[in-house]
Amino acid sequence: MNNIANTIIELIVNNHPGVMSHITGLFTRQAFNLEGILCGKIEDGSKSRMYLLVNDDDRLEQIIKQIEKLYDVLEITVQKDYDHTIFNRLHEIIMSDR
Amino acid sequence: MLAGAFFTYIEGVIMKYSGAEITIKLLEKEGIDIITGIPGGTNLPLYSALAKSKIRHILARHEQGAGFMSHGMARSTGETAVCFACSGPGATNLLTAIADAKMDSVPIIAITGQVPSSLIGTDAFQEVDIYGITIPITKHNFLIRSAEELLRIIPEAFRIASEGRPGPVLIDIPKDVQLEMIEIESFDRSFEEDDLPIYIDEVEIKKAARMINRSRKPVLYAGGGIILSGAEDMLLNFSHKSSIPVASTLMGLGCFPSSDDMFIGMLGMHGQRYTNYIMREADLILAFGVRFDDRATGKVKEFCPNAKIIHIDIDGAEMNKIKKADIAIQGDIKQAIKQLLPLIEHNDRKEWTETIMDMREKHPISKTTKHDEQLPKAIIKKIGGFAGEDTIITTDVGQHQMWVAQCYPFSKPRTLLTSGGLGTMGFGFPAAIGASLANPGKKVICFSGDGSFLMNIQELSTLYELKLDIKIIIFNNRHLGLVRQQQEYFYGKEYIASQFYCKTDFAKIGEGFGIESYDLEMAENPFLTLEKTIKKEGPVLINIPLAPEENVTPMVAPGCANYEMIGGEINE
Repeated sequence: MNNIANTIIELIVNNHPGVMSHITGLFTRQAFNLEGILCGKIEDGSKSRMYLLVNDDDRLEQIIKQIEKLYDVLEITVQKDYDHTIFNRLHEIIMSDR
Repeated sequence: MLAGAFFTYIEGVIMKYSGAEITIKLLEKEGIDIITGIPGGTNLPLYSALAKSKIRHILARHEQGAGFMSHGMARSTGETAVCFACSGPGATNLLTAIADAKMDSVPIIAITGQVPSSLIGTDAFQEVDIYGITIPITKHNFLIRSAEELLRIIPEAFRIASEGRPGPVLIDIPKDVQLEMIEIESFDRSFEEDDLPIYIDEVEIKKAARMINRSRKPVLYAGGGIILSGAEDMLLNFSHKSSIPVASTLMGLGCFPSSDDMFIGMLGMHGQRYTNYIMREADLILAFGVRFDDRATGKVKEFCPNAKIIHIDIDGAEMNKIKKADIAIQGDIKQAIKQLLPLIEHNDRKEWTETIMDMREKHPISKTTKHDEQLPKAIIKKIGGFAGEDTIITTDVGQHQMWVAQCYPFSKPRTLLTSGGLGTMGFGFPAAIGASLANPGKKVICFSGDGSFLMNIQELSTLYELKLDIKIIIFNNRHLGLVRQQQEYFYGKEYIASQFYCKTDFAKIGEGFGIESYDLEMAENPFLTLEKTIKKEGPVLINIPLAPEENVTPMVAPGCANYEMIGGEINE
């Protein structure tokens, strides 16, 4: 995988339509590209775990603070040393053009 | 069941309520006694429930008017206010008021009707994705999916709107949800209130106190956060104890008495020369309840270049957003000052105080000559002289707004309601209506310009019905004055699209709506007319003709440093 991105933001969020818009909206507003998104429901389906793959950037601190303020975001962890394989396999599927 | 009796909750008896009835009942429980709005097809069930409630409804003439009326209530009292609109255009007409509330941290709740759930996404009549549209301009928003959800979400919306840094919340309720009947045992609030101020880490407070005690030339840069937190008395003690001068932002005006020796005026783009010069001299900036807005800081790199910064704000996302602080403390400003106060040494700062007095003398508020009395600043000061310190002032946006900010003698918090962050023309008049509704017995004066006033003039019709004690003062230069001024200064006097060729007779228009109106152009003694009419009870409109060449000075050019001011010099 062509890895210029070097930060993963891991979120636990409420699972309902609209949560993704609230989160991605913050990136849209700052013209900050998301390199990858992985999301799936956890527990009884009332929550989701979300991985956002982003490039390191000066604006990241501000975006993270804004994400923390979101009502539907329950937990946030920023990982500089992330497990590459999470996105690698996903990337393979996307690139394989099936 | 009797029509009027459906809100009576009898212990242990399970009753059926519609989503609309639940909504209104919960609003009553939150202490709402006035709702502004306009009905339409998709919120009629809500209105039907409202008809049976003791909540008073104020019918605006445009949803934006309803939105800004809720601003007037919320900004003047600090309590969350509610406005209603129907789906589609009703909802989109609220957008400017919602965005304005986000920028100025105003707790309002907008409740919109939505097309029935089954029609969402079908481009139904008057359908718009108001939930999606308002994501970036609300603190949070909700699309309700069942009547059951209302029980949790309505109280939650009130908590979100007022907690921490206040802001707008939108609740979109599809019509079928408003009509859905469910059984309810109790309307008790399900969440726990947590109003205790959070104690701020003493280590950080001690560090800040040490920095303040060691500084020789500190300046307080106080903003709207002081007012939101109710920290004005604490700020006064703090400033006096250590002889620290206070500069205010536009949103902070009223947080410190303008007559106090320690007050050095509003800073920034239209701040006085001495204010901006003193800020530049400072060796320590105490940024309390502020967000380093560009209109306050000018060119950020050159803002207070010699100063260390202690930034205290309730919103952690404001820390280091614009300017890196030497000490950044997230917390309630009132609590922070309370903890700081005992650690601050008494200090008369003789040298610094003398420097400030010297600066004031060298660069005073511009003095003008002969035609003095006609000038807008003189008129504003005159009104400030007899209006009384409890009078609530609202403004629109433009030159008149800056003149008011520069000259009106504010001495109490929540006496200036102005659109600071978004800068919405048309804000002032509906906000005045809201302020008057929420503060019976207080006089409200709306300073406006002819350009701004035309943007929500329809609410004269609402004012006529309400007969509120509101005085509308229109500074009429038949221009978009601040645009004209910028074209004069920065666009080589190439005037385009800033002049109104229509000579609107505002007095006649006011009378057309049934409002007592005056035009000072005709008045033999304008000041006497002004004083007499303002002191009266009830609504009055006063048109004051003004020369278009009258500019707001000093002015910092956008993008320039605050010390690079145009105009506003002595004997200008």
